[in-house]
Amino acid sequence: MTLLEQLAQYIVSGITLGSIYALIALGFVTIYNVTGIINFSQGEFAVVGAFVAITAAQKVSLFRGQAAVGLEWPLPAAILAGVIAAVLIGALLYRAGIQPARNASPLSQIVVTIGASIALRGLVLLAWGTDPYRLDPFSAGKPLRLLGAVVTRQSVWVMGLTVVTVVGLYLFFRFTLTGRALRASSANPGAARLMGINIQRMGLLAFVLSAGLGALGGIVIAPITFMTYDRGLMLALKGFVAMILGGLTSPVGAVIAGIALGVIESLAAGLLSSGYKDAFSFVVLFVVLLVRLGGLLGARRGPALERAGL
Amino acid sequence: MSDTLLQARQIYKAFGGVQAVTGVDLAIQRGEIFALIGPNGAGKTTTFNVISGTHALDQGEVIFDGHAIHGQAAHRIAALGLVRTFQNLQIFGTLTVLENVMVGRHMHTRTGFVTAALRWPGVRAEERETRARAQAYLKVVGLDGRADEPAGSLPFGQQRLLEIARALAAEPKLLMLDEPAAGLTRPEIDALNSLIRRIQAEGVTIVLVEHDMNLVMGLANRVAVLHYGRKLADGTPAEVQADERVIGAYLGVGWDAAPAYA
Repeated sequence: MTLLEQLAQYIVSGITLGSIYALIALGFVTIYNVTGIINFSQGEFAVVGAFVAITAAQKVSLFRGQAAVGLEWPLPAAILAGVIAAVLIGALLYRAGIQPARNASPLSQIVVTIGASIALRGLVLLAWGTDPYRLDPFSAGKPLRLLGAVVTRQSVWVMGLTVVTVVGLYLFFRFTLTGRALRASSANPGAARLMGINIQRMGLLAFVLSAGLGALGGIVIAPITFMTYDRGLMLALKGFVAMILGGLTSPVGAVIAGIALGVIESLAAGLLSSGYKDAFSFVVLFVVLLVRLGGLLGARRGPALERAGL
Repeated sequence: MSDTLLQARQIYKAFGGVQAVTGVDLAIQRGEIFALIGPNGAGKTTTFNVISGTHALDQGEVIFDGHAIHGQAAHRIAALGLVRTFQNLQIFGTLTVLENVMVGRHMHTRTGFVTAALRWPGVRAEERETRARAQAYLKVVGLDGRADEPAGSLPFGQQRLLEIARALAAEPKLLMLDEPAAGLTRPEIDALNSLIRRIQAEGVTIVLVEHDMNLVMGLANRVAVLHYGRKLADGTPAEVQADERVIGAYLGVGWDAAPAYA
């Protein structure tokens, strides 16, 4: 393998990994823009989504072998089940955790999401234990080759689904009444309320959307890397880094930064040492925070930042 | 059906130890232009805010079109047909001019987010209809040429017109304008004057807070004067201008020769 082929390989793996960060970061940005809080259970949505999809798709034993599940649903149904499970949890989190605390400071609400993530991680541990789980790849067949790099079929799925999701979200925010109401709520919540927009409902919708995005990310990555009960924390941190790199409020920024982060990690792991992979993400975050507080694409440190207590 | 569209009885609002509005009564008739005037700090904007639900009322009641609206959420009050604009503009800067007006039609659209996400039949039609109507309201205020620009990039006077177009798109029964002329140039104020008259001619009742006495006295059917949070007088512009308490407290002698911001 030449160096060039190696580089191509690292970049392809990086884009695959980065797509997941991008989806999770998009969830962060959506919730932040509408409600002004940072939802640290974002990673748990990915984990729960993946575990439910795995459980629906293949034979799994739960609760230390107490319950055997053999649904073996077709893949699309399993994916849908995973996304729906995460969406329901997102809605529950908003209704039971965030909405009752709506008059509390954003910082208190953020603590609620941290609490929820710990609780969810515990529940997943109870049900699925500490074993790593893997979902079968979405389509069988030989890996493809691109510029000397090996591209697994699942990588193509990951990138394709990310593109479809991002484009779909763009169309939703741009061309639907509800999408526009969401954007209006984030641009000026007070005025949106006076236009008859129910801000609480928009907050719920933001959590539902973000949960769905996170779950999709967790499910598509599950055939590539094993899913364990505690992966949510690291996924959330990476998504959070991507969100900040992307300028905190910009969906486009979040996607670009997420993919860039994946590529940086992959290059660092390949060229230096895989042990430093995670450290690199945080070094990048550190440098960006020092040099440009508003992130790479962020316009400025706006009132939104102060609102979040950052 | 009564001719009174909005009735405020004995409304009170304090901020900390400051009593901003003290026992104000207002009755606004259907179809009229009603102006609230008074010196700075008289409680005009606070009165506006508690009626429109922007701030909670301490005491008193507000009946709008047969509904008790005090204590209601702002989005419910808006849905009943009471829509307001702001002294400090409250547009959606990151949305386009047209999108701002489309959001104004929000409460007249029925599609829930589940159907919208799936784009069921009818969603597209509703979207098209909303877009067409929003265009029409932009035309009313003369902004139809700038529909696709980001709203935040419009000059100040046009942002104010945009806010009015957005409020009109909600098809309000009562339109509340908070200092619509503030910061506008004289030609812009003249255009605003004729715009407000056209809105009244469409059957919309209008309440405005305004400092520009020439605009108020020429436009309003009735005027209420607030002073230190209390209502000093109300009546037709001629009655109010002749009222000695009002002259002493606010207008001064020969007010019409003084600059707009007395």
